[in-house]
Amino acid sequence: MSKFFATPVRDASTAVADYFVPANAPFSCLVKKGESVRIVDLEGQQAVDTLFYRADDFSERYSSQDTLRVQGSAYVSTGTKLISSEGNLMLTVTADTCGRHDTSAGACSCEANTVRFGHQVKYLHACRENFVIEVMKHGMSKRDVVPNINFFMNVPVEPSGELAIVDGISGPGDYVELKAEMDVLLVISNCPQINNPCNGFNPTPIQVLVFAGEEG
Amino acid sequence: MTVTEDTLLFIEENKRRYAELKAAGQKHAPKALPGPTPRDGSPIPEGAVLHAETIPGGWYWSTPLKAGEALRIRLPHGPAAVSMIAWAAGDKSERLNYADTVKVQWTSALGKGRVLFSDMGRVMFSLIEDTTGFHDALVGGSTAASNRARYGEKALRNTRDNFILAAGKLGYDKRDIPPALTFFAPVRTDADGVFHWLEGKRQTGDFVDLRAEMDLVVALSNCPHPLDPEPDYAPPAVEAIRFRAPAPAADDLCRTATIEAVRGFENNAR
Ligand SMILES: [Zn+2]
Repeated sequence: MSKFFATPVRDASTAVADYFVPANAPFSCLVKKGESVRIVDLEGQQAVDTLFYRADDFSERYSSQDTLRVQGSAYVSTGTKLISSEGNLMLTVTADTCGRHDTSAGACSCEANTVRFGHQVKYLHACRENFVIEVMKHGMSKRDVVPNINFFMNVPVEPSGELAIVDGISGPGDYVELKAEMDVLLVISNCPQINNPCNGFNPTPIQVLVFAGEEG
Repeated sequence: MTVTEDTLLFIEENKRRYAELKAAGQKHAPKALPGPTPRDGSPIPEGAVLHAETIPGGWYWSTPLKAGEALRIRLPHGPAAVSMIAWAAGDKSERLNYADTVKVQWTSALGKGRVLFSDMGRVMFSLIEDTTGFHDALVGGSTAASNRARYGEKALRNTRDNFILAAGKLGYDKRDIPPALTFFAPVRTDADGVFHWLEGKRQTGDFVDLRAEMDLVVALSNCPHPLDPEPDYAPPAVEAIRFRAPAPAADDLCRTATIEAVRGFENNAR
């Protein structure tokens, strides 16, 4: 585990829900207002692409740009407020053992992969495939899929505006914890990308834990 | 955690492909991009103009744009910021994707020679002329909340509501509104990732020319960028001119500047 920034420090055994998300897989679950969700990078160097939707109105969704604007900075870590497309506070990052997460670069897709890596990689499972599969379970479609947060991905934006090319910085067991400020649907693509170092060339499983709110 | 032999072989194979992809990419070195277009350069030929619109400060406008047409967005009355979203004309689920645009070109600093991608790996626009090179791809446009924070409790027009109106009048929905790009918004980060506004990077006469690379529907909003430190809300009118763009030559800069642009245009042609 790397650095540690968290309040309060929670014991994993007190979680009210404990989900195992296999390598490459999509996942979703509801997180109620006041509950906290912990996303654990079990083996390290695994990008976790994540979206949030307001549980009682999916047309209100995570907005990377509103989040960056309110935050005033390009990186996500402890204290970051995740803002919706309606300008409402969705979740607050309350713990982070990794130190930096990306919300500028969005998710991989078969189509973007052909542009980045060549047409021969088109038929490789990608995050947008996961997102479409998962949101359609909830009556949504591709138009509900917007640029997301990439937990455990380090995409430095340089003063020149260039995006730097760097390896993942998370180690086994690193986690990020978010307190829900409204009832949200959490949607994850456990990134299947194997064409660059963001997953250490080997996508691995993650764990999602939900903790009850302080007031019970 | 013990790693099996199969996993090690899998990692080795992926690393080898990564090395091959990198080597292949290096064979197609990116072209050096030119400096900004001079403010008095690149006049639109008289007969090429299809429509000219003046968008008052605080307002929005939407237009269809056919492949091969271009849109000049110009600041005739001083510094302004113009936010843009766009959809494929025949399929509103395909839309401008800023994240793919910055990721595949490895830069959030968009300028002359760059292209703008849809979420389907296709090129929507080529940035064929640009007098500033200072635009915002990350922070997006203003909202009612950002206006309140900047200017107090007055009811002022904002980009989010403008795009809801533009989308609504087209028969689209809030869910169809993608994040925006904002032209003439000189935003950069410092070494810690904190956003800064670089005033002095835009002035009267600045323009950008966007050549449509597929049939599009475009929406523009003329509101101050949320990071603009100017204390008064007083956006001047901007000009939007739709015109027939010169046909791209075989060595067209935007189509050949990077291997990623080449592949994007290959996707357009399929
Ligand atoms: Zn991915």
